[in-house]
Amino acid sequence: MKIYLPLDSAAVALGADEIAAAIHANAEAKGISLTIVRNGSRGMVWLEPLAEVETPAGRMAFGPMTIADVPGLFGELSAHPKALGLTDDLPWLKAQTRLTFARVGVIDPLSLSDYQAQGGLTGLTRALTMDRPAIVAEVIASGLRGRGGAGFPTGIKWKTVSEARADRKYIVCNADEGDSATFADRMLMEGDPFTLIEGMVIAGVACGASKGFVYIRSEYPVAIRVMQDALAIARAADVLGPSVLGSGHAFDVEVRVGAGAYVCGEETSLLNSLEGKRGVVRAKPPLPALQGFMAKPTVVNNVISLASVPVIFEKGAEFYQSFGLGRSRGTIPLQIAGNVKHGGLYEIAFGLTLGEIVEVIGGGTASGRPVKAVQVGGPLGAYFPPALFDTPFGYEEFSGKAGLIGHAGLTVFDDTVDMLKQARFAMEFCAIESCGKCTPCRIGAVRGVETVDRIAKGDPDAIALLTDLCDTMKAGSLCALGGFTPYPVMSALTHFPADFNRMKVAAA
Amino acid sequence: MKDFIIPDRDFGTPDAKSKQMVTLTIDGFDVTVPEGTSIMRAAAEIGIAVPKLCATDSVDAFGSCRLCLVQIEGRNGTPASCTTPVTAGIKVQTQNAKLEKLRKGVMELYISDHPLDCLTCSANGDCELQDMAGAVGLRDVRYQAIDTHFKPKDHSGIANPQWNPKDDSNPYFTYDPAKCIVCSRCVRACEEVQGTFALTISGRGFDSRVSAGLASDNFLSSECVSCGACVAACPTATLQEKSVIELGTPLRSVITTCAYCGVGCTFKAELRGAELVRMTPYKNGKANRGHSCVKGRFAYGYASHKDRILSPMIRDSINDPWQEVSWSDAMEFAARRMKAIIGDHGRHSVGVITSSRCTNEEAYLVQKLTRAVFMNNNTDTCARVCHSPTGYGLGQTFGTSAGTQDFDSVEQTDVVIMIGANPTDGHPVFASRLKKRMRQGAKLIVVDPRRTDIVESPHIKAAHHLALTPGTNVAIVTALAHVIVTEGLFDETFIRERCDWDEFQDYAEFVSQPQNAPEAVQFLTGVKPEEVRAAARLYALGGNGSIYYGLGVTEHSQGSTTVIGIANLAMLTGNIGRPGVGVNPLRGQNNVQGSCDMGSFPHELPGYRHVKGDAVRDIFQKIWGVTIDSEPGLRIPNMLDAAVEGTFKGLYCQGEDILQSDPDTKHVAAGLAAMDCVIVHDLFLNETANYAHVFLPGSTFLEKDGTFTNAERRINRVRKVMAPRQDYADWEITQLFANAMGADWTYTHPAQIMDEIALTTPSFAGVSYEKLEEMGSVQWPCNQEAPEGTPLMHVDGFVRGKGRFINTEYVATDERTGPRFPLLLTTGRILSQYNVGAQTRRTANVVWHAEDVLEIHPHDAELRGIKDGDWVRLASRSGETTLHAQITDRVTPGVVYTTFHHPDTQANVITTDYSDWATNCPEYKVTAVQVAPSNGPSEWQQEYTAQASLARRILPAAE
Repeated sequence: MKIYLPLDSAAVALGADEIAAAIHANAEAKGISLTIVRNGSRGMVWLEPLAEVETPAGRMAFGPMTIADVPGLFGELSAHPKALGLTDDLPWLKAQTRLTFARVGVIDPLSLSDYQAQGGLTGLTRALTMDRPAIVAEVIASGLRGRGGAGFPTGIKWKTVSEARADRKYIVCNADEGDSATFADRMLMEGDPFTLIEGMVIAGVACGASKGFVYIRSEYPVAIRVMQDALAIARAADVLGPSVLGSGHAFDVEVRVGAGAYVCGEETSLLNSLEGKRGVVRAKPPLPALQGFMAKPTVVNNVISLASVPVIFEKGAEFYQSFGLGRSRGTIPLQIAGNVKHGGLYEIAFGLTLGEIVEVIGGGTASGRPVKAVQVGGPLGAYFPPALFDTPFGYEEFSGKAGLIGHAGLTVFDDTVDMLKQARFAMEFCAIESCGKCTPCRIGAVRGVETVDRIAKGDPDAIALLTDLCDTMKAGSLCALGGFTPYPVMSALTHFPADFNRMKVAAA
Repeated sequence: MKDFIIPDRDFGTPDAKSKQMVTLTIDGFDVTVPEGTSIMRAAAEIGIAVPKLCATDSVDAFGSCRLCLVQIEGRNGTPASCTTPVTAGIKVQTQNAKLEKLRKGVMELYISDHPLDCLTCSANGDCELQDMAGAVGLRDVRYQAIDTHFKPKDHSGIANPQWNPKDDSNPYFTYDPAKCIVCSRCVRACEEVQGTFALTISGRGFDSRVSAGLASDNFLSSECVSCGACVAACPTATLQEKSVIELGTPLRSVITTCAYCGVGCTFKAELRGAELVRMTPYKNGKANRGHSCVKGRFAYGYASHKDRILSPMIRDSINDPWQEVSWSDAMEFAARRMKAIIGDHGRHSVGVITSSRCTNEEAYLVQKLTRAVFMNNNTDTCARVCHSPTGYGLGQTFGTSAGTQDFDSVEQTDVVIMIGANPTDGHPVFASRLKKRMRQGAKLIVVDPRRTDIVESPHIKAAHHLALTPGTNVAIVTALAHVIVTEGLFDETFIRERCDWDEFQDYAEFVSQPQNAPEAVQFLTGVKPEEVRAAARLYALGGNGSIYYGLGVTEHSQGSTTVIGIANLAMLTGNIGRPGVGVNPLRGQNNVQGSCDMGSFPHELPGYRHVKGDAVRDIFQKIWGVTIDSEPGLRIPNMLDAAVEGTFKGLYCQGEDILQSDPDTKHVAAGLAAMDCVIVHDLFLNETANYAHVFLPGSTFLEKDGTFTNAERRINRVRKVMAPRQDYADWEITQLFANAMGADWTYTHPAQIMDEIALTTPSFAGVSYEKLEEMGSVQWPCNQEAPEGTPLMHVDGFVRGKGRFINTEYVATDERTGPRFPLLLTTGRILSQYNVGAQTRRTANVVWHAEDVLEIHPHDAELRGIKDGDWVRLASRSGETTLHAQITDRVTPGVVYTTFHHPDTQANVITTDYSDWATNCPEYKVTAVQVAPSNGPSEWQQEYTAQASLARRILPAAE
C-alpha cells in the first residue's frame, strides 16, 4: 500500500506529521505493508493535510485529514468521509496549467528517478547540446521575466552575465521569500528541488558560471533540509560536480541560510549577506550582473524564475511563450491567502482578471463577507478595491493601475478591514525591516507611522504630509523596500478615503 | 569636513583613473571627464555643486543620503549622482522643481531627528548638515517627531532608550550619537582609508547607530587606532575633536609637514590667532593623500607641555643645578668653553650631532658649524643608528642612498616583500595605503620574527610570513635569490640591459651554491624551505614586485649586507624603474633622509660626496671661505670612545637624545660624563641633557620655516605656524652660536640656506622655496635634468651606470644565545609612541602605551614561571633592566620583544655594542638575553632615576 502525504510546511503545520505517524501505527497494527511518500503539497491549503492513496484507478485524495480519519484509509475508500475522488480530477487542479509546478505533489521530492520519469533532466540534457548564446537566446525567446517581483527579462540578465569577462561567475538563487502571503518558492523547494537545481545548472552553463548558491531564509527549515539532501543526490548522480552529466561543464550548488532580515530578499543585500557582510542594500550601478557576489558577474534569480527554466528547455521556448498576456509570458504561480475560502497555490497563464482569481478561484472570503480589498504583491504591493477587479493579471496591467504583481501573492480582506490601520502597518513593516542605509526609508518609515497616527487622531494637516512623505520615499529610496512602501499606503488612501477621514467620525 | 581659508574642494567621489574620456552635459554645460567618473564629480569639475551628505571624495560612493539625486534626459527615476557613472552624451539636470521637492523632503526627515541647537553646537559653521539645510531651502519641519535619537527624555519625562550619551573615552575626540545622521562616512573612512575596520553600524532601520567595536566597547576600548579619519569624514558634530569643542572653530590654516615619522604627511595646522586648534591631514599632500595617524593628527600637545624649556640654561658641572640665563649669556658661556677645549686639545676634540627631526636647513647649518667653524668633520647623526646601512647598500648597488619610489607607487604594486618593518605601528599612513592595495588583491610576503599586524588583520592577510630567527636576514634574502636564480625566474633581459652581466654571473654562481638553498638555511632561519620557495616564486612572477624594509634590516651586524641583498633581489627580477616596484626603505624619523642628504656623516659633504674629493671641497670652500679638513671625522661611537679616552671634549648635540637612543647606555653615559662641554639643543631636558653643561631650548616644527625630506625623497615645506615660544627658531640658534664662535653668518630666512644648498649640491640644484610654493613639494634629484623632481629613480638606467650585484655571504653575528642568555631580544616601536617618546610621552597618547612591556611567548613564560603583567628582569651581557611582561604568541618561542619609548625602561642598557660592519649601525635587533621574575626596578634603573632628578634641578631665576 502506498500513501502520499505532504512534507510541505503548510501541511505539517496543519498536522501532516501526526497523520503520518497515525497511518504508520494503523498499518502496523493491521499488519499492512505500507509506503508513505512525503511529497510536496498539491497547493490546496484548505484541504491539507491531504493524503493520497495509490489505487489502480489513480491516486485518490482525502482531506483535510484528522487523526480520526486515518483508520478509514484502510477500509472502503469511496465511503471515507474525507474522500475527494481522484486527485487528477479535482477541479482546482484540473483548471491549472502546471508547468513550473508540474511535478510538485506528484513525485517523491528526493527521488531522482521519479524526477526523470516525469520529464526531469530533459531540459538540461537538451541545453547541454546547445552553445551558450543559443541557451541564452532560448530563455530570451521564452519571454520569461523575473518572478521575484521586478519582472526583468531573465534571458537579458543571463546575456549580460554570459558576455561579461571574468575569471569567475556565480548563479545565486534568491530563496529569501519574505513577502507576506507568498509561499511558491518554499513549496517548490520542498516539493521538487531537482527542478530548481536543473534550472541553476542550465543558468550556470549559459553564463559560464561554475558555482551557485541558494540563499534560503532560516524560517524554511524543511526547504533547507530538502534542498541539501537533493544537492547531495544530484552530486552523486553527476547532475552537479566537475562534469555535469559528463558534459565537461563544472557546476555545483551550495545552500546558504539567511539570518532573518526581510531586506536580504533584495538582491544586493542578499549578496552582501552571502559575502558575510551586513545585509544592507548596495547602490546600483554596478549591476550584480557585472559586479555581484565577490564583485564577480552574478545572476541573481528568484526560485520560480530558475525553476521555470527546465520546462522551457524541455518543451521549447515557443511552447512556454504561447501562454500569457501581452509582455507577461508563460505561467504564474498565484499564491492566494488572507481571508479567502480557497487559499493556496494556483499556477495559470497570465491574463486572468483579479476578480476571477479572488471570487472564482479563491471562492470569495472565508468569512463570507464581501471582499473589501486585495493586496497584490506582498507587503509592498497596492491594495486593489473590487472596482479594479477587471484588471488582468500581468506586469504592465498592474503597474498601469498603480500596483504591482510582485511575487504573485494575494491577500484578501473582507469589509471589516480598516485601511488606515493597513496603511500604518505598511509603514511599520518598512520601519522594522529597513536596513537603515538610506534616509527616506530609515527615518521616513518611522515618521510615516507617526503621521498615520496623526491622521487617526483627526489632524487635518497630516494627510498632505503623508502624501509628501510617500513621494519622497518613492522617488528617493535606494531600494524597493522604501520605494514601494508608498504603494500600499497610497492605494489605501486613494481607494479608501473614508477610512482616513477621522475628522467626520470625531464630529459625528 | 569643511574648510575655512584654503578650501580643499570636495568632489564627492574619488577620481577615476581611466584614460578614456567621456563628454556629457550637465545643466547645459559640456564637461569631459575620465570614464568611470561619477556624475557628482563631473558636475563638481565644472563648479556645479550637487547637494550631498554621505558622499566625500576620500571614500567610495555609497548612495545613502539621497540628497544628490538628479534627472537624466530619457531615463526613468532620479538616480543618485554619486553612484551613477557618466555616460557619453547624457543630459543631466541637477536642479528642477521635482528634485527641489525631493531634497526638501529628505532634508525634512533628517532634521526631524536632529537637535536644533546649531548656535551652541561645536560644529557650528563647520557642519555639512547645516549647509545642506540651507542649500535645499528647508524652512519648516512638519513632522511631530516622537521617536528621536536626540531627546534624552520623552514628553512625559521617561528616558528615551534611543538616546545614547556622548562617548568621550578617546582623549582626542568625542562621539555624540545624538548628532549622528548615520551617513556611514566614518565607518567607510575606517574601512577604506585607514583599513582598521573598528567601526560599524549596529542595529538596522531607525536603530542603526555607529558603533566602535562590540556593544560593550567604547571608542577607547575598541580596535580604533585614533587615526582621525572618521573625525575628518564626519559631516556633523558627531565625531569632533575635543580641541574644537573646547576652543571653537579655527579661523586660519597653514599647510605644513608632520614632524613625526618618515612618511612626511602634509597637514593643515588650523588656528585661532596663535592658538593651534587642530591638525588636519591635507588632501593634496602627496605622501599621505589626506590621511593621518594618531601622532600627527592629535599628538602635538608636547609643544605646549609644561616640561618644555623656554629659557637657555648653563652650569659649570653636571652635578650643579641648572641656571637660567639670557641667550647672549648662554652663547658667550658655550663659545668660551668650546674655544677653550679647541685651544687645549686641538680642533679635532669637538664635534656635532645633527638632528633628524630638525629641518634640512638646520642640519645643513650644524654640519657647516663643525666643518667651517670647528674646522673638522666630526659630524654624525641619528641615521647612524637607523638607516646608515641603507645609504651604504643602495649607494653601492644602485648609486643613490635613498628609496627608489614615491608612496603613490604602492597603488600599482602586485607583490610586496616587507622585511623588518612594522608599518602599521611605525609608518601608519603608508600601512593604510598598503592595506588598501592588499584589499584590492596585491599579495604580501612578510619577513619578520614577530607576527606584526600587517601579517594578519581585518580583511588582509600576508601570503607568506617568514618568521625568521633574529639575525638571519642575510640567509633568508640570499635563499630567496637562490630560488630565483636556480629556478630560472630571473629577468635576463633586464639584467643584460641594466646591470653588469659579469658581476651577475659571479653572483648567480654564489647564490646557487647549495649552502644558500632554503633547505640548507632553514637550520639558521627556522623558516620552512617550501615557504621560502613559494615566496620567491611569488615575488619573481607575481607582477610588479616591490620591497619595503625598515630597521629590522639595518640594525644588524650585517645590516648593509641585507640592504645589498634586497637590491640584488630587485635587480634579479627587473623590479626597478617603474611604478609599483622598487626598493623602499621606510625611514624612521621625519627628516632622517634630509639629515643624511645634508652632509651629516663625517665622511660626506652634502649630497653624499666624500670629503676626500678636492673638487667637492672646493665648491664649499669658495662659498664658506674656509679650508675644509680632507680627512673624515668621527662617528658617534668613535666620539664616545675618544671621550672616554680623553681626546674628545666638546659636543654640540641638536635634537637627538643619544643617551636613550644609542646602544649600550652605560658607555654613552661614560663618554658624555667625560666631556668638558656638552651643549644640548632640544625642546626638553632629555636624558642626554643630564650630562650637559649648556642647554639651548629648541623650537618646535610649528614655530619655524624650513623643509623636511621624507622617505620618498620628497622635500616638503615646514611652515612657521606661530612664533617660537623661546624666541628663536633652531636655525637661528645655531647661527647665534656659530657667530659667538667667531663666524659671520647672516642668514635671515631658511630660504637663503636652501639657496646655498641648491648652489652647492647637484641633486638639490633646482630646489628653491619659490618652487616648493608653486609645486607643493618636489622629490630629489631636482635639477636641470629633472626640473620638477624625480618621483621614480633609475627609470632608464641606474644612477651609478650599471646595476651592481654584490655577493652576500651570511656571517652570523657574534651575539649568540647560550646557557646564560638563551633568548633573543629584538626591539621596535608601537603606534602611539614615537622614537624615544620625548614628544609622545608628553601627550595623551600615553593612554595607549604608558610603559614599555616585554612580549614573551607563553612557552618561554611558563618555563620561567612568568605570568602576564609580572615584573621581569631582562638581562644581557651589557646590563639589565626591569619591566612588565606581556604574554603573547606574536613572538615565536625563543624571541622576546620590547619597545624603547620610555627612559625608565632603558632598553638600550641591554643592547650590545655590536654593529654593522660597514656603517657601525648598532645591532639593536639582536641581543641574547635572559628573562626572570623580578620584584621591581633594577639597581641601575634606581640609580639612573636618582641621577636624572638631580641633574634636572633648575635654580630659580636670579632677581
